[in-house]
Amino acid sequence: MGGYVESAVWLAYGPMALVFFLSLVAAFYYKPKWVGDPSEFRVCSITGMKVHIPAGSLIKANLWMAFLFLALGGVMAFGVAFTRWPVVHLLPDTLFYRALTMHGLAMLVFWIVWFEVALMYFTITSIIGARLAAIRTAWIAFGLMLGGSLVVVLTVLTGNADIMFTSYPPLMAHQWYYWGILVFAVGAFFACAVYYVTMAVAFREKVITGSLPLGVYGMSAGVTITLLTLFHGAVFYFPTWLWSMGLFQNIDVVIYRLIFWAFGHSSQQINVCMMIACWYMVGTLSIGSKPLNEKLCRTAYVLYILFICIASEHHLLVDPAISPAHKAFNTGYFMHMAVLASMIHALAVPASYEIALRKKGYTQGLFEWLKKAPWSNPAFSASCLSIVGFGWVGGITGVTFGTEQLNIISHNTWRMTGHFHGTVVAGTSLAFMSMTYYMIPIALKKEIAFPSLAKIQPWLFGPGVILFAVTMMFIGGFGIPRRHWDITFSEAAFSFSFNPIVSVGFIICAIGWTMAIIGGLSFVVIAIGSLLNDKEVE
Amino acid sequence: MSLYTPEKHWWKPMDREEMIWVTIAFIWCQLITFIMPFSHAYGKHNPPAVTSKASTAEYGAKVDKFIAENKTGEEAGVAVVEVKPEVKEIYIVGRSYQWEPVLKLQQGKEYILHLSSGDYEHGMSIQPMNMNIMALPGYDYHLRITPDQAGEYFIICNEFCGAGHHMMTGKIYVS
Ligand code: HEM
Ligand SMILES: [Cu+2]
Ligand SMILES: [Cu+2]
Repeated sequence: MGGYVESAVWLAYGPMALVFFLSLVAAFYYKPKWVGDPSEFRVCSITGMKVHIPAGSLIKANLWMAFLFLALGGVMAFGVAFTRWPVVHLLPDTLFYRALTMHGLAMLVFWIVWFEVALMYFTITSIIGARLAAIRTAWIAFGLMLGGSLVVVLTVLTGNADIMFTSYPPLMAHQWYYWGILVFAVGAFFACAVYYVTMAVAFREKVITGSLPLGVYGMSAGVTITLLTLFHGAVFYFPTWLWSMGLFQNIDVVIYRLIFWAFGHSSQQINVCMMIACWYMVGTLSIGSKPLNEKLCRTAYVLYILFICIASEHHLLVDPAISPAHKAFNTGYFMHMAVLASMIHALAVPASYEIALRKKGYTQGLFEWLKKAPWSNPAFSASCLSIVGFGWVGGITGVTFGTEQLNIISHNTWRMTGHFHGTVVAGTSLAFMSMTYYMIPIALKKEIAFPSLAKIQPWLFGPGVILFAVTMMFIGGFGIPRRHWDITFSEAAFSFSFNPIVSVGFIICAIGWTMAIIGGLSFVVIAIGSLLNDKEVE
Repeated sequence: MSLYTPEKHWWKPMDREEMIWVTIAFIWCQLITFIMPFSHAYGKHNPPAVTSKASTAEYGAKVDKFIAENKTGEEAGVAVVEVKPEVKEIYIVGRSYQWEPVLKLQQGKEYILHLSSGDYEHGMSIQPMNMNIMALPGYDYHLRITPDQAGEYFIICNEFCGAGHHMMTGKIYVS
């Protein structure tokens, strides 16, 4: 069993590897028509580095979309969360499933990817100081992503795609849904191409001499994984789209799930690469931290690229068709080499923070550096909370639930939902928020609006998410299922009630949800306020 | 610094602390990897290994035949099935939105429980023990189980399967 599943996947890899290789070659043979004009640059007063001014409008446009989608996702989070709490049970069933589909897509796909595109342009033009080489292509990418995401949002909100972001067949959405996702993905692919082309041009024009700065190196690792990820995406979204139009008869659910998670899991690795790049960059910007050992940090990024894309079967541990040996090999050997990479960063990032703070003279005892750290700098505090949330809440639980035997008692329960709110919300989203506090002043020369609100924003969002994520995992251990409208089973044939301690869990969750939603919306207000801010950074 | 080009030769040996940490982390990673095959050899709680292909129609026919041969009654409109002591192969199917049939099992006896779906993807989640296995259409998953505690077990669906997903339940009795 499973043999033909594997051969189908290997067949799909051949063309993908070829396209990947060709796109790299193309990037290096791209001939720039004009050479950078010095008047297009200014020197940033924060970093003292060159910033490419025309890239600013692109970064701004992409940030706008990211923040708007974060707001949309936040509104949906409110509806979803307070429906799950049986005491409130806010939305009726169809609206709940629709809001949950929208929440997953708006957050995990749109907020994160829009932000990552802005971050890619930011690192290459404001940190490296290269000129954005293919501005027109970058705007085409923006247009495609905008078109695709609007189509998806409209299809979902009009009730034509109540199938969750995983869109597992045979659940079928309207064809426009797949169409929107594909167009969005093509746009994201163009954005990656722009990043690589800009980098190739920067090497040729001698803007980059020597190795890439570590932050940019991490971003590049992320972009490389993005390309691999997008090809996996095409391999299953395209046939699924044809299927939704009736041009294709049977979709094999196991192959779909296998390739979906090859795509879905490596997407998370993009987030991890870019999140860690943010930790390094924010550390340097806020306290002047330095990477400990460049060799170690860079090797860790290479481990991500090499191992994570292949290791995605921890999503399929209790699925039929794939043999336990295969699952153990895939999740064990490959996965844990990527875990090793995370463990390396788990030492390197906090240690670099500590060393930088000790250099400032906070050397008394073991913890003076922690006490005297700039906790009221929102970028710094958000980064630190993100490190704690990702490592302790998301990471450790992920490794635990990702073993075959423990997965049986956690698959599709709230243990999972709690785990990935640790990784992707307390970790990635908070790291991106922290980066925003520097990105807007550096790339757009605008001051952060509402500075006093900004000081407390990470302290609402971070602890809020950590609180509800941990509690969700706790009550998930009693079997609370994910994606479920009615855990009292009032309309079901048989009735069952969970351990009563679960209702206490929900109350704690509700506190966390409220903090996180207020923290998230404050961030949107601060971020959009800053984009509209007239006050310039001197 | 992470924003600036590093010095030319950054390929330097690790410090002692770094070396210790990486070694510990590496050993830890090998340990978690090792736990999985180890539990397969010595543990009692492993993901099932055997699968066969069965179209939804084929599998549905098998379940219907199984119910017709072994039905002993009904509960809440769902067939209740109790097999003869010599029968080892039993069936369950997830159909939107019901787990069928209700099974009556004997404590301490080993069964092969066939699990599949009649339509969409479903998640068989047995409570309160919290055991979760996927039921996928087209695939017949053979679960080798030995119920070791008597009592009433409840099945919910924890993979979203459509508008009535939250109404999907089932039951297992062990005596
Ligand atoms: C602002 C605070 C947030 C709250 C209160 C919140 C709350 C929730 C809740 C209660 C669920 C579980 C629904 C269920 O299992 O039935 C959920 C699911 C989910 N959330 Fe969040 N969330 C928040 C932010 C985010 C962010 C920022 C992201 C991504 C970057 C995110 C990604 C997801 C995903 C992917 C799911 C799974 C959807 C699915 O099962 O299809 N959430 N969220
Ligand atoms: Cu179901
Ligand atoms: Cu269901």
